[in-house]
Amino acid sequence: MKKSFLDRKQLAIPYFIYLVLFVVMPLLVVLYYGFTDGEGHLSCYNFTAFFTNGKTMGTLVYSLIIAVLVTVICLILAYPVAYILAKGQYARKHSFLMVFVLPMWINFTLRITALKEILTLLEGNLAYHPFMNTVICMVYDFLPFMIMPLFNALTKLDRSMIEAGHDLGATFWQVLIKVILPLSVPGIISGVTMVFLPAMTNYVVLDMVYNSTYIMGSLIGSYFNSYDWNNGSIISAILLMLIGFFTIFTDKVISNKEAAA
Amino acid sequence: MKRYGQHMIIWFVLAFLYLPILILAFYSFTGSTMIGSVRGFSMQNYVTLFTVPELRAMMFGTLSLAVAVAVLSVLLGTTGAIGAFYSRKGIRRTIEVFNEVPVVNADVVTGFSICIFMIVLLHMDKDTYIPLVIAQTALCTPFVYLSVMPRLKMMDNSLYEAALDLGCDPMLALKKVVLPQIRPGIVSGFMTAVTLSLDDYFIATYTKPATFDTISTYVVNATRGAQTSIKTALWALSAVMFVIVIAVVAGANIKAGKDEENIRV
Repeated sequence: MKKSFLDRKQLAIPYFIYLVLFVVMPLLVVLYYGFTDGEGHLSCYNFTAFFTNGKTMGTLVYSLIIAVLVTVICLILAYPVAYILAKGQYARKHSFLMVFVLPMWINFTLRITALKEILTLLEGNLAYHPFMNTVICMVYDFLPFMIMPLFNALTKLDRSMIEAGHDLGATFWQVLIKVILPLSVPGIISGVTMVFLPAMTNYVVLDMVYNSTYIMGSLIGSYFNSYDWNNGSIISAILLMLIGFFTIFTDKVISNKEAAA
Repeated sequence: MKRYGQHMIIWFVLAFLYLPILILAFYSFTGSTMIGSVRGFSMQNYVTLFTVPELRAMMFGTLSLAVAVAVLSVLLGTTGAIGAFYSRKGIRRTIEVFNEVPVVNADVVTGFSICIFMIVLLHMDKDTYIPLVIAQTALCTPFVYLSVMPRLKMMDNSLYEAALDLGCDPMLALKKVVLPQIRPGIVSGFMTAVTLSLDDYFIATYTKPATFDTISTYVVNATRGAQTSIKTALWALSAVMFVIVIAVVAGANIKAGKDEENIRV
């Protein structure tokens, strides 16, 4: 048989090259800039400076507080919604889910503008509550991203497990905590992944509600504006490490769960 | 949980998600410059939105960019997914790991790293739009890949083999047999790419030409101080976008419902 000039496998070549050039290379370049000084000498100065400087550490702590708060509030709001929808007491549950995730397709700056006008009406002046407004706007922005994975995890859930729990005499809350929550851990993890990191880095939300405190993303933005590539890179590198740890941790949790099941 | 409580939760979250957009849409049809004070019906915001050259250029630019990026992403992502699907496990695994990076990475880091690589290190000119298109494509393609791959896995492979046995050229079989089966994945990948590009702020800020604005960068600059007429025209833009998104989602849902019926018949 005549061998075709183009094999199916070779179709992956353009994308593979693209990934290496524009995904892997930029990250390596960021690591290089982060761990060298202005003259190109290898140095951990920027890295250690980040963790010894009170200001940058304060920024890290402030972004962590915001991210934890936003993630927890999103979870508390999204979980019951996802659970009720997944249980399927409403007809056409997938169309109903669409209603909840639809806002995610409207440009986020326009959505924040809308919420901002409402908050201005309620509070008089946004500048009085910068922290609270930031958290509200971020929850508003990220909530659909939490509902979607939770819904997917909860629809796949084996109903007979819940029925077995009830048959064995467990109350609603016992079933929720002992059966439903553990079974939906993969959904919770992917929801948290979708919300936590953006909440640490999306500094546009803070800009829009006139919160002048920095989060990790604002640091990159301000170093970018002052052409400080080395310091901007080290912040990116630190965020990358955080993502790396998080991914390894969640992979472990998920594979442990699979092993247990 | 009581049924009453369930309705309460559903309605509370729906109100939280939709009331701001709906209220703003309502006020976009009035002459008021802030919410709470009604000044009577006016279409002025819509006239401003579609006549002021700056706003028109911004909307047209954002849309052209989104379409260009989505087309590129679909080409790269679809061929990438097909190629990876038929490749050895090691190669496929490598592509999948790289593919995951822009998905989990913060957009700020993606944008900044591409800016450092292309503009600082390689001295590429931002004004050519090339860094912007390349960077947004790097963000969007992984999502195309992720929506095409499940379709490939669901595909009936014997159809392709049958086509080859009947003397079909492999490339033609790919086009006539494989492509139709993965088309829904390609379409939803395209839509995801368009919305990601329309939504993007961070990658655009770090790689765009100084004079070019997308909706996101424009809105953010406008909140830092713009004429009131421009600000309220943006309310109209958010109403327009809301209607378009509803129309597209409803259309896609009806289409999906029909397809399901066809399959059942």
